[in-house]
Amino acid sequence: MQKTRKAVALISGGLDSMLAAKVVLDQGVHVEGINFYTGFCVEGHTHAIRKQDRAKPKRNNALWVAEQLGVPLHIIDVVEEYKDVVINPKHGYGSNLNPCLDCKGFMVHHAHRWMEENAYDFIITGEVLGQRPMSQRRDTLPLIARESGAGDRLLRPLCAKLLPPTLPEREGWVDREQLLAFNGRSRKPQMALAAHYDLTDYAQPAGGCCFLTDPNYTTKLADLWQSRGDKRYELDDIMLLKVGRHLRPRPHFKLIVGREEGENNFLEGYRRRYTHLRSLSHSGPLVLIDGETDNDDLHLAARLAARFCQGRSAAAVRMSITPRGGAPYEIEVPPLNSDDIPQEWYL
Amino acid sequence: MSEHTLDARNLLCPMPVIRTQNAAKALADGDTLKVICTDPGAMSDIPAWCRIHGHSVLDIQQSDKELVITIKVAKSGRAS
Repeated sequence: MQKTRKAVALISGGLDSMLAAKVVLDQGVHVEGINFYTGFCVEGHTHAIRKQDRAKPKRNNALWVAEQLGVPLHIIDVVEEYKDVVINPKHGYGSNLNPCLDCKGFMVHHAHRWMEENAYDFIITGEVLGQRPMSQRRDTLPLIARESGAGDRLLRPLCAKLLPPTLPEREGWVDREQLLAFNGRSRKPQMALAAHYDLTDYAQPAGGCCFLTDPNYTTKLADLWQSRGDKRYELDDIMLLKVGRHLRPRPHFKLIVGREEGENNFLEGYRRRYTHLRSLSHSGPLVLIDGETDNDDLHLAARLAARFCQGRSAAAVRMSITPRGGAPYEIEVPPLNSDDIPQEWYL
Repeated sequence: MSEHTLDARNLLCPMPVIRTQNAAKALADGDTLKVICTDPGAMSDIPAWCRIHGHSVLDIQQSDKELVITIKVAKSGRAS
């Protein structure tokens, strides 16, 4: 009896990786999914924070895909190891701070390590030749296979027929004839294949799953690095970049202003670790201060924070200021006029 | 069979799922794990993770600020 081969599939939650895993599953291979949590995944957090988003159906797309496929999914926290990819990408950034080529190499490398530790035979990804300008080109696909260490145990079922046969194909673990030859940026072949499998309600086609491709987000990340004088971050930093309005009135501190109830609730979880302000005389947001501040800075921060409460047109607003690790105190300040807030303070 | 508790408060998904997954690995068949979360996304994610891996959701309690999901760990079949 022929041995059942085992493959680990990178599952992002998008359509391509779902189809790639499905194509191989249908050939009788035992497939399990792996999903890497970097901290920059749009997937995880955004739905949970803003109250307006809570009305939308919530699901983790990678879990949903695994359930549709009927395969286990292993979600791996790679936040610490991933920092080096973001901070020092060997192959550089894309149009924002997206290190797509290094990222793919990193994920395949970790999948390869998982494959070896768990005695699996090969790796599946949903890559499509020519679909992405940085990581899915004819010259970069072999680079990913080589630099990740996966070599020819990396199978890309959606475009395998356009690439040299890999070990699983040469050894007959999978039938190359049943693999595909998708090429380019068109999504129509994937959508047709999804329809063939009767897969509906899948997450929107590839892209937009990583905050590092979002210019609004990466502006804030670049600002964080600039203000600290070097490129470093902790998970809390990159979480907070996803939440609230960020204003930097001075190089050494910035304000994070909750925009609605959900964000204020989220920011509440951080208030013990940050100097924070809130209006006592009017309803308004919780405001965190990231950076070191003196009394003049706090006075300016209070006037700025007062601008975002219901008392923005009042002559004065009574604010509570709680220094990090200190006791709260009150001050009364006139809110800044909108004309007094330079546009460049907004990140 | 023993009872365990996991504090996943102030973590955003998928971290509560990752912590649940990692905690369940160390537990025995039939053990229960009570996961305390604040992220409402856990309401769908942890049960989905349980279905995929063959664990059972015994109870879900939701209050204003917290969500408590009790699962029974299965170490047979597809569970991992």
